[in-house]
This record gives sequence, C-alpha cells and structure tokens, in this order.
Amino acid sequence: MATTDLKPKDHEIDPATGEYRVIAPGQTFKSVTEKIARIVLTPHTPLGWFALFGVGGAVATFLLVALTWLFLKGTGIWAISQPVAWGFAIINFVWWIGIGHAGTLISAILLLFKQSWRNSINRFAEAMTIFAVVCAGLFPLIHIGRPWLGYWLLPYPNTMNVWPQFRSPLLWDVFAVSTYATISVVFWYIGMVPDFGTMRDRADSKLAQYVYGLVSLGWRGSARHWMRYETASLLLAGLATPLVLSVHTVISFDFAVAVLPGWHTTIFPPYFVAGAIYSGFAMVLTLAIPLRKFYHLEGLVTDRHIDNMGKVMLATGFIVAYGYGMEVFMAWYSASHWESFMMWNRMFGPMGWSYWVLITCNLAIPLTTLWSRKLRTSIPYMFFISIVVNTGMWFERFVIVVTSLYRDFLPSSWGTYRATKWDYMTYVGTLGLFTALFLLFVRFLPMIPMSEIRMMLPGAKITPKKVAEAGD
Amino acid sequence: MPPREGTYGLLAEFDTPSDLVRAAQQARHDGWRRMDCYTPYPVEEAAEAIGFHRNKVPLLTLIGGLMGVAAMFSLETWVSTLAYPLNIGGRPTYSWPAFIIPAYEWTILFAGLSAAFGMLALNGLPTLYHPLFNAPNFRDGATTDKFFLCLEALDPKFDLVESKKYLEGLQPVSVVEVEY
Repeated sequence: MATTDLKPKDHEIDPATGEYRVIAPGQTFKSVTEKIARIVLTPHTPLGWFALFGVGGAVATFLLVALTWLFLKGTGIWAISQPVAWGFAIINFVWWIGIGHAGTLISAILLLFKQSWRNSINRFAEAMTIFAVVCAGLFPLIHIGRPWLGYWLLPYPNTMNVWPQFRSPLLWDVFAVSTYATISVVFWYIGMVPDFGTMRDRADSKLAQYVYGLVSLGWRGSARHWMRYETASLLLAGLATPLVLSVHTVISFDFAVAVLPGWHTTIFPPYFVAGAIYSGFAMVLTLAIPLRKFYHLEGLVTDRHIDNMGKVMLATGFIVAYGYGMEVFMAWYSASHWESFMMWNRMFGPMGWSYWVLITCNLAIPLTTLWSRKLRTSIPYMFFISIVVNTGMWFERFVIVVTSLYRDFLPSSWGTYRATKWDYMTYVGTLGLFTALFLLFVRFLPMIPMSEIRMMLPGAKITPKKVAEAGD
Repeated sequence: MPPREGTYGLLAEFDTPSDLVRAAQQARHDGWRRMDCYTPYPVEEAAEAIGFHRNKVPLLTLIGGLMGVAAMFSLETWVSTLAYPLNIGGRPTYSWPAFIIPAYEWTILFAGLSAAFGMLALNGLPTLYHPLFNAPNFRDGATTDKFFLCLEALDPKFDLVESKKYLEGLQPVSVVEVEY
C-alpha cells in the first residue's frame, strides 16, 4: 500500500531541487524559448484564432451599438430608476474589477510568497487583469450620464472654481481604480521588457525585429540591469499587494459607507476582496484551460497549476462563505428590523431566486467538490467549475446591488428591477471586448514569461562546486 | 567621454551560468573592474561576482512614495479647507481620516512609477543601440540560452592581445572582439 502511494509522488518530485515539479521534465532554455516565442513569431496564425477573434469581435460590436444608443439617448435606456439607481453598470463594474484582482494576486502576492509555480501563468493573468480593468473602468464612466465630462472627476484647476469632494467613497474609487490600472500596466510592461529582447533577437521579419526592438527598450541582459530590474519587480510586487487589497476595499466602501440595510456592514471589505480573488482565479482557469490545449502548453501550464488554482479557489470560497454566513447572522444579531427584513426579502422575496443561484454557484457546487484531488485535476470539471463560479460571482454582485435597493425602508418607495436589452447588450459586449483583447495579446505578446521560466529550469542552478574550481 | 570608435571590449561566451560565475569571479579577483555579465535571466551570483551589490531603486521608490503622499494629502487639505470648503453633514472641513485613502493610493502610484522608471533610468534604458549587438554571437544567445562575460576596453588593464589570451584561459566557448 505504502509503495503504491509513494510511487506517483516520486515521479512528481524534481530530483534537481527536491521540490514538486511544476514544469514538465526535459525542457531546456532553448526549447522553452522556442516554444513560447514561436507562438507569436510564426507567420501562420492558426485558423482557430481567426474564428475566435471573429466571434469576440462580433460580440464586441454589441457594445459599440449599445454605447452609441446610450450616448444618443442617455442612461434612461437602462433599467435604472428609483429605487434601483445602481443596476447592471455597477454590478458589471464590480464583477470585472474583481476578476482583475486574481491577476495581481498571482503576479504580486504569489511572487512575494516565492510560489514559483506562478511563473507560468502570471503573464496572461496580468493581461487578464488589464483587460478586465478596461471593461470595468468603462462602466462607471458611462454610468455618469455625460461621459464626455468624465474628467470632472479629477481634481484640476478649472474656470468653474469647483473641486471634487474628497470625503466621498465614489471619489476614492476614482483614485483607487486609476492607480490600479496604471500600476498594473506598468508592472505588466516592465515584466515583458526582457522577453521583448528575446523576441527582437529571435524574430525573422524586419518589422517584428523593429517593433520588438523598440518596445524592448534595448534590453541586453546585463547583470547590473537584472539586479535593478529584480529589485524594481519586487518593489512593484510589494506595492501592488496593498494596492489590490485597497482597490476592492474602496469599492466595498461605495456600498458599506451608505446607510442602506444590506450594504451598511463592516464585513464588506474582506469579503469583497476574497470574492474578487475567487472569481479572478475562476477566470484564469476559464482562460488557461483552452489556451494550454490550443497552443499545446501542457508542459508549462501543468495539471499541478490547475490543481493549485483549485486550492486557492477552495480557500477563498470559504472566506466568501463566511461572509455570506456573517451577513445572515448579523441580520438576526443586530436585532434591526430593517436588516432582518432585508435578509428575508433577499432570500424569499420576489427576487429570491437570484440569492439561491448565488448560493448554488458559489457555495454548493464548488465548495463541496473542490476538496477532491481527482476532480481538481480533471480538466473538464475545472473548466465547468470556473464557469459556475464566474456566474455565481456575477450573481453575488446582482444580489448585493439589486436586492438591497429595491425594497428599502419605506414600502411606498419599493420598486423592482428588470434589465433592458441595452443592459444585456452592454454586458455581453464587454465579454466580447475582453475576448478580442485577450486574443490580440496571445497573438502578439509572449503569453508566458520566458525569463522567469528559465529561472525554474534545472540548468539554471549554479553548481557551487563548479564555481569553486576558480583557483586563486 | 567614452571613445566612440575602436574596440568596445572582448566578449567571452559560456554555456552554463556556473562557468560564467566562475570566470567573472576569477576576473574580478585578477583586478578587472570595467566588466559586465550578460545572462538570459537574472543570475544574482553573476552580479555578486562582478562586485555589484547594491542599487538605488529602493531609495528612488521611497522618495517617490513620500512625494505621492505629500502631494495628495496637501491637495486634499488645501481643496477642502481653503479652495472649496464644503459643509458635508456638519463634518469638519479638515476631515483627515477621509483624506487618507486617496493619499494612500497616490503613495503607491508615485512609488510604483518611481520604481519602474527609476530602474529604467539607472539602467540607462531605453538605449536602442549598443556595441554589444555588433558581436556575431551576442543576439543569438544573450537573450536565449548563452552566458557572456565582457571585459571592457575602458579598464586600465585592457590590452587587445593580452586580454584575449587571458579570457581564453577562463575556458569560454569563444572569445570575440566587439567594435563600436
């Protein structure tokens, strides 16, 4: 019994390091570089890429149409009104930005924790962050009604002599999200500079050499440069970590600072952050599983990565479950009539179905099955779970926004909420935009950080014996 | 003012990082100072071997962060107390706890930008042209799978013939002369 238990494990331990293998054996500096750079440098774009890009682009046109109509008619085309003044726009904003958080978590927090398995997935997780922030940032901007006056949100000297109100969580959001977008882009770009150097040197066409040469900023891999680069990466990771936690915290303040039952609670910041990471890892899986299959990257994004992401989802899922539990508990323990009515209404009111969709997708399905190693390493199942959790997390935001707003203190002011076709088109359109942007990334940029993968290969180990041979 | 013609240096190619580190340590030991290692991924030991231990990126980041927090906090204070005082539910105009959040975000923003752009500036990047790119084997290997040690002509010990012999004694795969 014992031997059969040990055998498969031995196979997974890398003899060179004594640690679990995260990259398939037999890879060299050259093979890894070739594999990743070829995907981008090949003159032959796979037909499947065009097909997917076509679909993504077609879906993104919904967004174009919906936005055009919105700019012509105003936000009245959406279902938002009193009492539900925050509808799809805010739901989608929170959902998208939450998805982005996993990218930062993978690139920054796991770097600080020295989780080297992240090296294979951090680049496209960061790309996912940026495209998710693009989609997220769109929503508040179009929700303000007159998007061409969006710059009024920024503090700048103007002829009207007015300034923003710094006590408002909505203004805090402006700074949190704009900082997050900027730092994410900078971190992503700096991370790619050495890889651009590789692309420049491996490209065959003049145009590719020229363009990658330009964006590589003349990177030549000097030891001095690398050390400053490593310091800067570590500092950026150290800065991005409190940033990512603060962004979703500030977003939760948009709700928690209000006095509305269902919003006015101190559990929101941690519960929002955990939910963001939960949905973000789900989105990383949704992207990683087809990608590694399509580009045959199973040797670099291994089953172990999928398994680890399943574990992170299990952990964050339980934090989210604790958040849901606490909301129910506080509704009873606060002895506030409004709080307990809100919870009863959320569960059993006319929109109670959305609460149960959320519980099924976020708790019932993933948190019971992700315990199983067999299911965590089953690729079709993990893909299924990723879709389920993404759906569940969207419904979480729907429940928070809509079921708190539509029946507040005064029954005379109660209303309902039914999204219009423009709401749906805008939302679905951002999914198309995200897909199209991500496909462009996969086609034109190295989706796996080559320099970081090289560090993990057995050949990268410095042998002290060999070094000591230097006689003096 | 560095010379713009003639020899930039001598470039030795190695197959493994250990060979490079050994050679760099030896060269440093023998009194070479103007030299650099080129690797396809960060090799901390190589930087140690050429005597590069510290860098100024953390200091720049700290200065950036302090500037960010000072800029935003004073902007908020000035706007809320002097430029455009608003009475929000009777709260004091100088409601500093609320100001912490944007100030915190700007600390991170300025520190992050200082880290990234400071690193590039200290590295002297972008530099799209560099003499090393003239070496026939440099571009093929330095960003993929080869390890290089360059002894620069600016070092007082440099002599084209002698130094080439010296480098060959360090058992590289090849030694080439790099021209400006």
